[in-house]
Amino acid sequence: MSRDNYEAVIGLEVHAELSTKTKIFCNCSTKFGGAPNTQVCPVCMGMPGALPVLNEKVVEYAVKAGLATNCTISQDSKNDRKNYFYPDTPRAYQISQFDKPLCEHGYIEIDTENGKKRIRILRIHIEDDAGKLNHDDFSGDSLVDLNRAGVPLIEIVSEPDIASPEEADAYLKKLKSILEYIEVSDCKMEEGSYRADVNVSVHKKGEKLGTRTECKNMSSFRSIVREIEYEIERQIDLLEAGERVKQQTLRWDDVSGKTFSTRDKENADDYRYFPEPDLVAIKLSDEYIENIKQNLPELPESRRERYFNEYNMTEKEVGIITASKYLSDLFEAASEICGNRKAVSNWIISDISRILNEKEMEPSAIPFTAEHLAHMVQIIDKGTISSSIGKKVLEEMFENPREPEEIVKEKGWAQISDEGEIRKVVVQILEENPQSIADFKAGKDRALGFLVGQAMKATKGKANPQMLNKLFVEEMNK
Amino acid sequence: MNITDLTVHELCEKLNNKELAITDITKAYVERIKEKEPQVEAFITTLTEEAIKQAEDIQNKKEKGELDGNLAGIPIGIKDNICTKGIKTTCASKILENFVSPYDATVMEKINAENLINLGKLNMDEFAMGTSTENSAFKITKNPWDLSKVPGGSSGGSAAAVAANMVPWALGSDTGGSIRLPASFCGVVGLKPTYGLVSRYGLVAYASSLDQIGVITKDVRDSAMLLGLIAGHDEKDSTSVDVPKKDYVNALTGSIKGLKIGVPKEFYGEGIDEEVKEALYKTIEKYKELGAEIEEFSLDIAKYSLAAYYVIVCAEASSNLGRFDGIRYTYRSPNATTLEEIFKKSRSEGFGAEVKRRIILGTYVLSSGYYDAYYKKAQKVRTMVINEFNKGFEKYDVILTPTSPTTAFGIGEKTKNPLEMYLADICTVSINVAGLPGISIPVGLDSKGLPIGMQLIGKKFDEETILNTAYAMEKEIKFREKFRPEFKGAK
Repeated sequence: MSRDNYEAVIGLEVHAELSTKTKIFCNCSTKFGGAPNTQVCPVCMGMPGALPVLNEKVVEYAVKAGLATNCTISQDSKNDRKNYFYPDTPRAYQISQFDKPLCEHGYIEIDTENGKKRIRILRIHIEDDAGKLNHDDFSGDSLVDLNRAGVPLIEIVSEPDIASPEEADAYLKKLKSILEYIEVSDCKMEEGSYRADVNVSVHKKGEKLGTRTECKNMSSFRSIVREIEYEIERQIDLLEAGERVKQQTLRWDDVSGKTFSTRDKENADDYRYFPEPDLVAIKLSDEYIENIKQNLPELPESRRERYFNEYNMTEKEVGIITASKYLSDLFEAASEICGNRKAVSNWIISDISRILNEKEMEPSAIPFTAEHLAHMVQIIDKGTISSSIGKKVLEEMFENPREPEEIVKEKGWAQISDEGEIRKVVVQILEENPQSIADFKAGKDRALGFLVGQAMKATKGKANPQMLNKLFVEEMNK
Repeated sequence: MNITDLTVHELCEKLNNKELAITDITKAYVERIKEKEPQVEAFITTLTEEAIKQAEDIQNKKEKGELDGNLAGIPIGIKDNICTKGIKTTCASKILENFVSPYDATVMEKINAENLINLGKLNMDEFAMGTSTENSAFKITKNPWDLSKVPGGSSGGSAAAVAANMVPWALGSDTGGSIRLPASFCGVVGLKPTYGLVSRYGLVAYASSLDQIGVITKDVRDSAMLLGLIAGHDEKDSTSVDVPKKDYVNALTGSIKGLKIGVPKEFYGEGIDEEVKEALYKTIEKYKELGAEIEEFSLDIAKYSLAAYYVIVCAEASSNLGRFDGIRYTYRSPNATTLEEIFKKSRSEGFGAEVKRRIILGTYVLSSGYYDAYYKKAQKVRTMVINEFNKGFEKYDVILTPTSPTTAFGIGEKTKNPLEMYLADICTVSINVAGLPGISIPVGLDSKGLPIGMQLIGKKFDEETILNTAYAMEKEIKFREKFRPEFKGAK
């Protein structure tokens, strides 16, 4: 087989829930996690006679997203109905945008092995989210929860410029960070507020595009990458075996690491789009768009520049910290409070990132505040605790967030800096390890490290390490 | 004094003079409903007991000086596609047979704020689809002039109840003639306001871009009063227009000297009953005598309106009626076991034949591959209709046509042939397509003793001119003083 002869084309349709306080067509709250059907009204429940009224904030947020991704903003846009039957869609149509989306022809830049690559954006349009079906295993019933029905979404459709799973991953992460920076979406993937429909096709180099498959509603970067990898392989296998790829909607199964067919798209659904007669056209003035442009928050690119130029931070630091607006905000706020930017940066790129990874947690889900982090750095700087105790304090802050001083006090983790007390420990460790003294005197520096380690163990990490060093040397030179 | 024979402005006068008490009025209507409803069958839900209690309550409050507003205690009937909190809103459909709205339509909020008394919900063609009220899932309303005839539709219950003096006035809705046609058939006044003048919030949508709530009354002055009450911008309806509030009653001067009236010849051609034409020609002569300038002109596009209209209404209806899916507040088929069956069987069993016909038509014209040929083309025709009317209104203040090509037809006469039934709308639909205001008033009886209606069409948001023009003719003809429904055929 000659897999290198193939190229993949990947298209992503990202759905991001906008973080407006109220829904797109009514005044109900968009808050996540309420008891079923408590954030509903006749409009979002699709009651007979109820009419939608477009939330102006939704337009503003979508225009922000369009400007931040270099789109042209349409001054003459409209809403359309997309008709289909499903219990989570109470009007039996979604109010979306068909032929006149708010934003068109944009792009974002991603970093690839071969440098920067521009991924074009075909369009961004606004629409309402559907409700949710909860399957009750006890009764076997499916129950409809309409709290999410009417939560505003933007759909961001990429041009088929993405050629690999790595590029897809970079695109999704970059787009997410832009949306977070301009504060139009919290992009909480675990709450489904940032999800993507993934289209994959393969073709032989120089030949025309292949048939695509689609995997809907994916909300984990890792799964998306794995799905794309799997699909590329599967489709190449099919073509190499002389078979054809069927155009269809697939379901990704994380456990088996495979895609499964759901329904054929060969008899494509006919959504019978037509202009929404209950809403008027969306007309935007030059001043309106210009005003949003002027007030657009700082984008990740410009923050990167600032960190490089003003803070002299390393590529690694800047990369990790600016990738998430939340981390970047945390960094800036904590540095401001404690005045030790380098230490804050170190904590974020090492232990905090490690814990987030282990817990598979979004930075925005970090439970403690910038003050907590800043105070932790301060008590290390003051010598109240050591850095190794700091790690334990950090872990605790993830578990049960509160002031680090409080944690240290409660756990009895304060550093021992009393010379007499530490000298006692030093003497005892030396008595137990005569060989080390001999090694030390023979010029083996490692012996000191070993002794300090023993003393740390004995004091459960609380002894002041500098003082330990000093006293061991003193005692052994006596 | 026969209370139920009075117009609302007469009732108000007598309330003011203390000749009548609020409770007298409601009680008289409740008696009248008891007497006439078995013959006419205009109501889907009657609220007679509640109405009497409400009247007593309002009477008390008024005596204590806790209420003002001169319409407090005046009864009203409501078409059953306007949502009324706590009261069934069925749209005359089996699929909504038990639907009780959790909220009031904006027009109901206005009516309740003025302390009007709702006597009940009135029959109609299912989801307002029809011109005879025979498409109701529950009952066939009879025309009070001749019980073997239809009252017209789709607001047939509203028109028949007003004509039969079972309510002093009523709200209806008009998508293609659904207020004006039954008003014409029943010899009462029906006004469809400009699209956007009255909030549609709470009107169960049939064709959103054409639907408009309007009024059916005994005379023009009452229409002006009730319109004044329900008109106005509503934040909950994006298509409602923010125009200054007007006092329509003030516009009724009766003077039309120098008024320019256009008479489109296409509305007096083939298919229009000779007696209807004759009656209209007489009114034209009367308008001339009153000092109006009459001119015949051509509104050629009108002949395409009906086709474009049916494409647009069916398309919008097919989408608007999707929500009646058996999942939430609707009828659910007891024979359904899977999700697909809930959708299919509930809708198949819950909707009547005409509704299904229009959903199928609408689904077809919106489907990919056909959209351009039907829906898009219909929208183009719509633009042309609007332009043609605009051209007409550059020359004329009012356009005068028959309301219906014929007077009321017999029950069952046209049910076998939907196309023939659709033609009953031929004089009214283009007004909805263009979003204009139109009023129908009775101008005489034909040889069978059935009312003939005249339609006046106005410029956008110029209800004042058509009301005043209608008022001038009403004073001339004195229809109500000469004629009363006979309940022909009553046992």
